Amino acid sequence: MNKAIKRKQQLVAYGFILPFFVVFATMFIVPLAYSGYLSLFAHTLVGGLKFVAFGNYVRAFEDSAFLFGLGRTALILLIQVPIMLGFALFFALALDSGRARGSKAIRLLIFLPFAVPGVVAVLMWGYIYGQNFGLTGQIARGLGLPPTNFLSDSLVLFSIMNIITWAFVGYNMIILYAALKSIPPELHEAAEIDGASQLRLAWSVKIPMIRPAILLTVIFSIIGSFQIFNEPKLLVELSPTAIPQGFTPNFYAFNLAFVNQDVNYAAAIAFLLGFVIMIVSYVVQLSMQKKEHRS
Amino acid sequence: MTAQLNSAIAAPQKPAESANRRRKANRGKRRSNLLTVVMWLSALYFFLPLLWLFMSSTKDNGDLFTTFGLWFGNDFNLFANIRDVFAYQDGIYARWALNTGIYAGVAAIGATVLATMAGYAFAKYKFPGDKLLFSITLGAIMIPLTALAIPTYLLFSSAQLTNTPWAVILPSLVSPFGVFLMRVYAQDAVPDSLMEAARVDGAGEYRIFWTVSVRLLAPGMVTVLLFTLVATWNNYFLPLIMLNSGKLLPLTVGLAQLQATSAAGGGAQALFSTVITGAFVSIIPLIIAFLYLQRFWQTGLATGGVKG
Repeated sequence: MNKAIKRKQQLVAYGFILPFFVVFATMFIVPLAYSGYLSLFAHTLVGGLKFVAFGNYVRAFEDSAFLFGLGRTALILLIQVPIMLGFALFFALALDSGRARGSKAIRLLIFLPFAVPGVVAVLMWGYIYGQNFGLTGQIARGLGLPPTNFLSDSLVLFSIMNIITWAFVGYNMIILYAALKSIPPELHEAAEIDGASQLRLAWSVKIPMIRPAILLTVIFSIIGSFQIFNEPKLLVELSPTAIPQGFTPNFYAFNLAFVNQDVNYAAAIAFLLGFVIMIVSYVVQLSMQKKEHRS
Repeated sequence: MTAQLNSAIAAPQKPAESANRRRKANRGKRRSNLLTVVMWLSALYFFLPLLWLFMSSTKDNGDLFTTFGLWFGNDFNLFANIRDVFAYQDGIYARWALNTGIYAGVAAIGATVLATMAGYAFAKYKFPGDKLLFSITLGAIMIPLTALAIPTYLLFSSAQLTNTPWAVILPSLVSPFGVFLMRVYAQDAVPDSLMEAARVDGAGEYRIFWTVSVRLLAPGMVTVLLFTLVATWNNYFLPLIMLNSGKLLPLTVGLAQLQATSAAGGGAQALFSTVITGAFVSIIPLIIAFLYLQRFWQTGLATGGVKG
């Protein structure tokens, strides 16, 4: 290819990416940089706004509200994410095996909650858990059990985990199911003819083959867990005492900025959150890649 | 993630073809009763809350409290409830629905156009800095959007853009995941030989894009459109902080406000059935769209999952 043509094509390519990157720069890079800049200042009682360098970050690590929020996120990562992805993987494998009757309808029903906006999902579950006309209360009374308050201090986190699981199992299942469908059939037909059981087949052929898709669901779930906001924001109306300002880091950042009017500290929390997500995602990715090399 | 994504992209497979063969292989396989029962019970867990929502939206406040949640009440009040929803505060619900449609529609079309052009350029051209820019785009997928929302709010409020539709639409135009999907899609969908042939015929690069490539990219574009449409439709955080006049709100924020009003209680108890029916009505278009557009969902998730 001659040089002039090559140059022309490069210019064209820049033309194609320019609109995206203009919007990306103004709506993504600039706010991110501004957030970093804001986080380096703080309001002091005397002298107003002052440069405090990493003061806000130090404050965050001594702030029990923020640390408890991170702790709740860690619980979600350790309990809810494995349960959700475990079910998603099980359902995907079960549907892929073709052993259940009505697979198509089952797949649709499990995926359906993904069509429900997060706000509506939380609102609906809030009422289902509720004391007034909640479904859980009705069922408990029907069985002669004392009604449980699912929005109490000790249970609300688990009730939230249930909402997230309900909403996202289907989404993750479809990602994994699509990956399973793309495995060349020869690979497991041979194993099946040799008499390998479905479990064995899933464990030694199918799961290793869809490792990239599993990694994707893990990373998306990590990002999602750190961003939880709708659940505490909406449930706090129903159960004000069970949900403190710092219930999740994201909810905390919102409250700091818009209730406490402390934008600088809120920016630091938001920035820190992005940083934690990057690190956790990176570590997960690295450890999964290592496993791949070993096997 | 980049290295893994690229290695996965380098070995594309053909899902459709293998699926067909699988279907043949599946015929004559034995079914498992146990698995069937387990799967249907699980499906119930996902379906029952929605059934509850439907049943509850057919009840008046009295029946809501006194009749079983998973069955009809004494009277069938769905249409009366829907009338109440649309009559609430001089029909503000219809306004919220319209706002949601406008924000989601404009943002999705804009985001799709931007993502298609950028993804196509990354897939089909080599230029200095392409790898770096693509890595930055991928890295952006990991940044929580809500971490950006607070500084964006501050910037917009100094530009006097808050409490306008733009405050919701402009940030929603950026879809790094859309760029990624379109890059993966364009790689297979637009053959290099076709572009070469068009060049030999004397077509310029932009003409090739608009007349040849866009047609081939259309299914991928529909997928990105759907994803960004749903993302904006469902967004709560951004409109919550950006908008404060009731007439500009989308459904998510409006419904949440309504719920807060009814939870605050007092004389507002009659609002329960309005909130529930409003929530139910708001998901009907989404569920219909879902059932009709399943194919595109699966393409999109397959592209992200198989090749990611």
